[in-house]
Amino acid sequence: MEALQTFFENYGALLARGTLDTLLMTSVSTLCAYILGIPLGILVTITAPQGLRPHPVCNTVLGWILNIGRSIPFIILLVALIPLTRFLVGTALGVAGAIVPLVFAAAPFVGRMVEQSLAEVDDGLVEAAQSFGASLWQIVYKVLLRESVPSLIRGASITFITLFGYSAMAGTVGAGGLGDIAIRYGYQRYQDDVMLAAVLLCIILVQIVQTIGDVSARKIDKRNR
Amino acid sequence: MIQIEHLSKSFASPAARTHPSPETGQHALHDVSLTIEDGDIFGIIGSSGAGKSTLVRCINLLERPTSGHISVDGREITGYKGRQLLQLRASMGMIFQHFSLFQQRSVLRNVSFPLEIQRKPRRVCESRAIELLELVGIAEKEQAYPSQLSGGQQQRVAIARALANNPRVMLCDEATSALDTATTASILELLHSINAELGVTIIVITHSLAVTERICNRIAVLDKGRLVEQGATREVLRNPQSQATRELIAADRVAAFPAAACESAGKAGERAGKTADEAAGKDRGEAATEGTRGAAGTRSPGDTGLACKGADL
Ligand SMILES: Nc1ncnc2c1ncn2[C@@H]1O[C@H](COP(=O)(O)OP(=O)(O)O)[C@@H](O)[C@H]1O
Ligand SMILES: [Mg+2]
Repeated sequence: MEALQTFFENYGALLARGTLDTLLMTSVSTLCAYILGIPLGILVTITAPQGLRPHPVCNTVLGWILNIGRSIPFIILLVALIPLTRFLVGTALGVAGAIVPLVFAAAPFVGRMVEQSLAEVDDGLVEAAQSFGASLWQIVYKVLLRESVPSLIRGASITFITLFGYSAMAGTVGAGGLGDIAIRYGYQRYQDDVMLAAVLLCIILVQIVQTIGDVSARKIDKRNR
Repeated sequence: MIQIEHLSKSFASPAARTHPSPETGQHALHDVSLTIEDGDIFGIIGSSGAGKSTLVRCINLLERPTSGHISVDGREITGYKGRQLLQLRASMGMIFQHFSLFQQRSVLRNVSFPLEIQRKPRRVCESRAIELLELVGIAEKEQAYPSQLSGGQQQRVAIARALANNPRVMLCDEATSALDTATTASILELLHSINAELGVTIIVITHSLAVTERICNRIAVLDKGRLVEQGATREVLRNPQSQATRELIAADRVAAFPAAACESAGKAGERAGKTADEAAGKDRGEAATEGTRGAAGTRSPGDTGLACKGADL
């Protein structure tokens, strides 16, 4: 009991700071990845051969971007993007420095997730909207996106958790956060107790996010009532 | 008035998309000409794949005709694009076999959808939607979601939605094919009163002769993309001129009286059962059997009367 108390006195602030950094990195990059990924997902959906505005060239190029983006290992992206990161946020270090590679890694991933969610919408609904004279953007906004909100929420929690894992990798190049703490104290200084605490915090955070995602998606979904 | 002249439609088959040639195209419609007068309830019948849906989808240009002309109230619409096309579609209502209601929207917001599309203020949308829900008789369900409603209730919502923009024309593609006999009868009743009271021209696709007999004043028969017969419903059904129409009538009779067919010949019963299922589609097999039972109980095999007028009404 006493040991636990001294542990928190010594490392409590460090772990709290790490948790905050990780949450900040992950949420800001998830948000930015969606700002880029939603338009990508919409474009690749509507330009598909059976889409609302088929456009083979545009569709193929987008497909390449999404696939190549997802096939570059994150650790390589992390290093390769250092000059761009410096240019965009002024530093390649710390939380700010980690966000840029995280966004670039996640945006193509989010693009595919959004495409997947939109594909789940029944074609009959798109046709119904067309029959009432809905324009392309009205169909995208009022039918495709609106009808797939529960699926989009599930996708967002998956994205968040994936980026959570990536952010630990970014930690190793000085981004801070729980991953950084686990590596520095556990691996480099042999302080297993600190590493264990950091890993436990990761597990708890992921569980919380997954639960929030599942519960809110189920609450919002008006099917199967 | 809707005038269709020499309408043809062919779909490029997957092979034709990569190697285009005139032979690989599939003719879904071939030189169809017909006129639908204001106030008609116009039936389009034909076996599955005859081109009924394609014909109706050409009327609001969900499908682009390959050749031929369609005019609505004297205006040629086949060349419509952009805003004009969207306005044309908004001026017609459409209902579907599987209702196609937006699952994440309440009943009220489903009905106000076509008004939202026209960028009407929210309050206008809501009051009009409530008015329409009263008209179709399910005002109490305004806050419900489609998944909480029965098939018949969902189709009522879809009808209310189709009427939101005060259309002069309503297109119904197999609107009762997913419903049981009693519900079908009540939906047809509703369509009939919409036609009578609001003066909406209604175009009904169906493979059920009972449906056409009950509400259509005129019908057209399609067979393999060609218009083989048209005229007043009673005339056509009482005195069919084409082989295709006679076959439809025969199939309808077999589908309606499988019990009688069973008595006359053992094997024929199996065939009749199959026909009934095919006519009603796989997922609706149950409903068809139910309807058949009701009809068989009240009528003799020679009678071509309406299934809807049976005991199940
Ligand atoms: N989008 C499409 N692409 C290719 N062929 C189609 C398409 N829609 C319909 N067809 C073909 O056109 C013919 C008529 O179909 P349809 O109008 O749906 O018939 P019905 O509604 O009378 O059952 C069928 O042979 C069908 O396979
Ligand atoms: Mg059809």
